[in-house]
Amino acid sequence: MSAEAAFKKIFGRPESLKENYTHYCPGCGHSIAHRLVAECLDELGLRENTIGVPPVGCAVLAYNYFNFDMIEAPHGRALAVATGIKRTNPDKFVLTYQGDGDLAAIGTAETIHAANRGEKISAIFINNAIYGMTGGQMAPTTLLGQEATTAPGGRDSSLHGNPIDISAMIAVSNGVVYVERCSLASLKQIRQAKKAIKKCFQVQLDKLGFGLVELLSPCPTNWKLSPKEAWAWVNEVMVKVYPLGVIKDTTGYEDKK
Amino acid sequence: MPSEKKLMRGSNVVGEAAVRAGCRFYAGYPITPQNELPEYLSARMPEVGGAFIQGESEIASINMVLGAAATGVRAMTSSSSPGVALKQEGISYMAGQELPAVVINMMRGGPGLGNIAPSGADYYQATRGGGNGDYRTPVLAPAGCQELADLTFTAFDIADKYRTPVMILGDGLMGQVMEPVIFPDPIDIKSLPPKDWALTGCKGRKPKAIFSMLLDLNALYNHNLHLQEKYDEITAKELRWDTAMTEDAELLVVAYGTPSRIAESAIEELRAEGIKAGLFRPITLWPFPTIPLRKLAAKIGKVGVFEFSMGQMLDDVIMAVGERAEIYFYGVPGGIIPTPSDVARFLKSSIKGDGKVGRRIEA
Repeated sequence: MSAEAAFKKIFGRPESLKENYTHYCPGCGHSIAHRLVAECLDELGLRENTIGVPPVGCAVLAYNYFNFDMIEAPHGRALAVATGIKRTNPDKFVLTYQGDGDLAAIGTAETIHAANRGEKISAIFINNAIYGMTGGQMAPTTLLGQEATTAPGGRDSSLHGNPIDISAMIAVSNGVVYVERCSLASLKQIRQAKKAIKKCFQVQLDKLGFGLVELLSPCPTNWKLSPKEAWAWVNEVMVKVYPLGVIKDTTGYEDKK
Repeated sequence: MPSEKKLMRGSNVVGEAAVRAGCRFYAGYPITPQNELPEYLSARMPEVGGAFIQGESEIASINMVLGAAATGVRAMTSSSSPGVALKQEGISYMAGQELPAVVINMMRGGPGLGNIAPSGADYYQATRGGGNGDYRTPVLAPAGCQELADLTFTAFDIADKYRTPVMILGDGLMGQVMEPVIFPDPIDIKSLPPKDWALTGCKGRKPKAIFSMLLDLNALYNHNLHLQEKYDEITAKELRWDTAMTEDAELLVVAYGTPSRIAESAIEELRAEGIKAGLFRPITLWPFPTIPLRKLAAKIGKVGVFEFSMGQMLDDVIMAVGERAEIYFYGVPGGIIPTPSDVARFLKSSIKGDGKVGRRIEA
């Protein structure tokens, strides 16, 4: 029996990921999210037809890790940039990968209006309730009471406003076809996240409208927790403000739960 | 299909010229006095298989243009002064990412919300770069509808050739006025040089990324040196200016855009009285035709600068002319349009050096 016949490769790097060390911190959710996006693109055969738009924030260097065409957008403008790409190249697969500051603070207008126009784009939204790249400042999604370097003593609604649920906000628009919130803090949820991303990509392939998957993502460094504690914080605290599950689904797909 | 002469409004002229120049993407946000341009393109773009989007803001619009441009499509946005202020972020990114696009500014009075009357007060913003970083934007200043059409073609060509955003700087009057135009023939988009840098999906090649963030010190240093080389080449090859009636002139009038048209009429008034003035009209505002102006000003000895601002192009004239000639300045802020006779009085006063209209500039 040849070695080839005896051993079958059952796990490896997705082709949509480059062989590269990431700059992400230990326990950060980005690496997992990158992998899930890459696996879904591979499985749908989309890598060579994809143009991706990373954010400004921790994932600004995503083009060093994703193995497909990418263009940097100014902070918050990813969905405007993606709109320009998709409208002139309707046959290309266009995705944005954005953090909470990018998508839900500085880019709120671009997010809401791309969604409301029903742009045939897939948005991956990483919500870690903190500004990571700049070192732990308050995010639009920071929870009440959560410490941030610009919210000493914790976020206070009367001073800092309230955690924003942008996924629920865009879901009210007729242009939005599919929104699901998952987490990257348990194996079960990571598997669910992959299903959601794949479905979101299918929405674009079927030209149904705008799709977004929000991923609650641990940031041990800026939460000042161990990776294990960070998972627990997502599962015990964060999900109470940002409940997991399908927020909107008008796809009509059979697998709808 | 050769174009017959058409009577068209300036804003529409830009729209039609852009389509004929191969522009297939436009995004913009309504702002007076240039709304006719997006209105025109909202109907015209779909006719040629292009895309038109009314963006939710000027910021979104310029970034839509950035995205379209990154895929190799000829793309354009337009606005007026406060709206162009908002676009500066995107222009800076496109300069850094070396993406071609055309940005139209039909200037209105400022600062702030100002008014909707013609102005030349965004000269600094256009020529100095309103965004962050060490970059330059080629700026073309048409002086009428025919030139709006011709320079729109030029703008797309320069943008593609040098991979840079290019601005066309008009004003509210130019956007609104109707003049006869003969359009250049539509180009065949397939005949344009291929853009091997464009993002098209990585089928059959390695993935590409377009970005301006260069954290490595040497990388950013070298990138800026590369950009500067490009700007030097543009300065060497793309200078444009026009002159009229300068051979026997005792005063050289420097004006661009709409003021140059008023100046031309003023010069004709003076010539009817036997007073000899000539016109120097910069067409590229950046790069500014420094050396041609210097030579002519030195020969003539007196320069009268007229613009719709309190003295912005004046700086470039001072840098070009220095002490080689006397410099007089007549600036009109936000919205008041002087008559040719007003300008003629300034020119007469400059020739006499009596300081009654305008003022003498000590370089």
